Amino acid sequence: MSVSPAVPSTDATQPQRSWYKRNEIAITPWLFLLPAMLFFAVYVIIPIGQSFWISLHDWDGLGEKTWVGTANYERLLGIGDQNIDRKFEVSFWNNLRWLVLYLLAIPAGLFIALFLNQTVTGIRLYKSLFFFPFVISQVVVGLVFSWFYLPNDGLFDVITGWFGIDIRGGVLGNPNTATYGIIAAGLWPQTAYCMILYLTGLNAVDPEQVEAARLDGAKGRKMLWYVILPQLKPATFIAFVVTIIGALRSFDLISVMTNGGPFGSTRVLSFYMFEESLSEFGFRMGYGAAIAVVLFFIMLGFIVYFLWSMYQDEKGAR
Amino acid sequence: MFPTPIEKRPRSAQITYQAFLPVALIVWLLPLLAVALFSIKPDADFTNGNYWGAPSSFEGFVNYGKAFGVGERIPADAVQNAIAAGVPFCSSDWLPRERFEDYICLFGTAYDYSGSNMPRYLWNSLLITIPTVIGAVALSCMAGFALGVYKFKGNLLIFFIFIAGNFVPFQILMVPVRDLTVSMNLYDTKLGLVLFHVAFQTGFCTLFMRNFIRALPFPLIEAARVEGVAEWRIFLYVVLPLMKPALAALAVLIFTFIWNDYFWAVVLTQGPDAQPVTAGITEFNSQFRAAYHLMSAGSIVAALPPVAMFFLMQKHFIAGLTLGAVK
Repeated sequence: MSVSPAVPSTDATQPQRSWYKRNEIAITPWLFLLPAMLFFAVYVIIPIGQSFWISLHDWDGLGEKTWVGTANYERLLGIGDQNIDRKFEVSFWNNLRWLVLYLLAIPAGLFIALFLNQTVTGIRLYKSLFFFPFVISQVVVGLVFSWFYLPNDGLFDVITGWFGIDIRGGVLGNPNTATYGIIAAGLWPQTAYCMILYLTGLNAVDPEQVEAARLDGAKGRKMLWYVILPQLKPATFIAFVVTIIGALRSFDLISVMTNGGPFGSTRVLSFYMFEESLSEFGFRMGYGAAIAVVLFFIMLGFIVYFLWSMYQDEKGAR
Repeated sequence: MFPTPIEKRPRSAQITYQAFLPVALIVWLLPLLAVALFSIKPDADFTNGNYWGAPSSFEGFVNYGKAFGVGERIPADAVQNAIAAGVPFCSSDWLPRERFEDYICLFGTAYDYSGSNMPRYLWNSLLITIPTVIGAVALSCMAGFALGVYKFKGNLLIFFIFIAGNFVPFQILMVPVRDLTVSMNLYDTKLGLVLFHVAFQTGFCTLFMRNFIRALPFPLIEAARVEGVAEWRIFLYVVLPLMKPALAALAVLIFTFIWNDYFWAVVLTQGPDAQPVTAGITEFNSQFRAAYHLMSAGSIVAALPPVAMFFLMQKHFIAGLTLGAVK
């Protein structure tokens, strides 16, 4: 009779745990990631590459692709002996207008948030109602504003009429004002979004710091600039991200309100791209893809900046 | 608190503020109030140029009914005649809705059919939105769990790919995704739209879920591991129950995003078989051209579900919008 050793032996008589069991911690994350990665790769990552590829071709979306190299880009940017694509030029400048003017949503949202950050009765309902425009689809916002801007009968025209201002053809019928009219319509929901970001931000502002600053005599604008705004930085960052992306993605409003007109004056790159690839004027997928690639590169600068900021946060959190 | 609470201000400032609030709200919502006004006006008001005055009669029920495909009520004697002639007219009193060629029976009363596809569009929207919400939330729960709990090579890289994909302009995906959908025979189907939406929303949802899971107490998971609980059980029984607020936030948010999507609806579908209400409303627009009273009734109906969602689940909605970054 032998005495069994005190230390359990590691011999093979013990049932071998399955390969999966032994590597569970290493494999599980990949199993959990697999479906999401698969979907994301098929519908997002790979198509980005494909768009680059298609942009180097002439393609009607059905037949064979014909390799044309950088011809699409040359035509777009007017390299060589051709003129720059006029429609592209207009779209590009409109995109810049969108980008710059859309940022107004951030200070406007902050302003409304400061106005509403009180504790009177019914303020919760007021806050929700002010946020209302963001929840409505852009298509409906576009329709609503196109009625608002109706020439002669629209409320906007009625109101400007009191001041003796008459925009010929209505806001949306006049090539000089149409883009601004659409941007104003877009600012409406976007301001509501920024407002809610700042309202949540203001909720989290450290009351002790505010009191301390108040004892030191800080008031009004100074208080806002030196004490409050630094604490609202996360909210400002998100507001900036969503506003920039929103500005560059603008499509719904233009499509619903003017469909690119009058005289193509309200086109932006995203709309022009759609028009080239899918409208009744023909399926020029290669050219459309080239426009999308240009838009992508404009966006890329911002994307890299956003990711870099988030990466810094991530490192700080470790 | 900033700005200074109004209670600490003089009485006059308080009264001014209280009085100014509703005025500011009305100005802010003016375009919307205008549509609400449009939607209860009779057609005649628009032909007479009475756009902004008081409605000459209240036609709310008629307009909203027409937007839903319910036209004028058919007189009882006409119904009797039809039945006498052997037409199966409103055969039962209890059937809520029977559709025939050109009339509708609502609880036994017959109405003209106004030709609106609105109910179909709304139904399509639901059939697109709900599966997308379920799919995107399910996928991102799992991905967020993997990225938030485990340390492995490439974790951060994959996470950042998800975030980056989320920022990309749609247009660069448009041609290939449309091509892919056509080649899978899913063009102009709800499924084609759902698959894409699930994939694209997964980026945003994973960002959200991963950050949420990161903030959970990690010792809980470790304790479960020491107990020898299998990893997938940890996900199911430890982490998932704690994620309820995040699930709710994402669900309402994605519901709104997808319900309001227009671009992909136009790119991947056409016609009333598969198109959601956002795309349908523009077709409605051409059908009832310049019929502002019907258009505005239709728009309000189309906008209502996300609005209802927002008011019912406000807290979650805002938590989702702020990405949980502003606590």
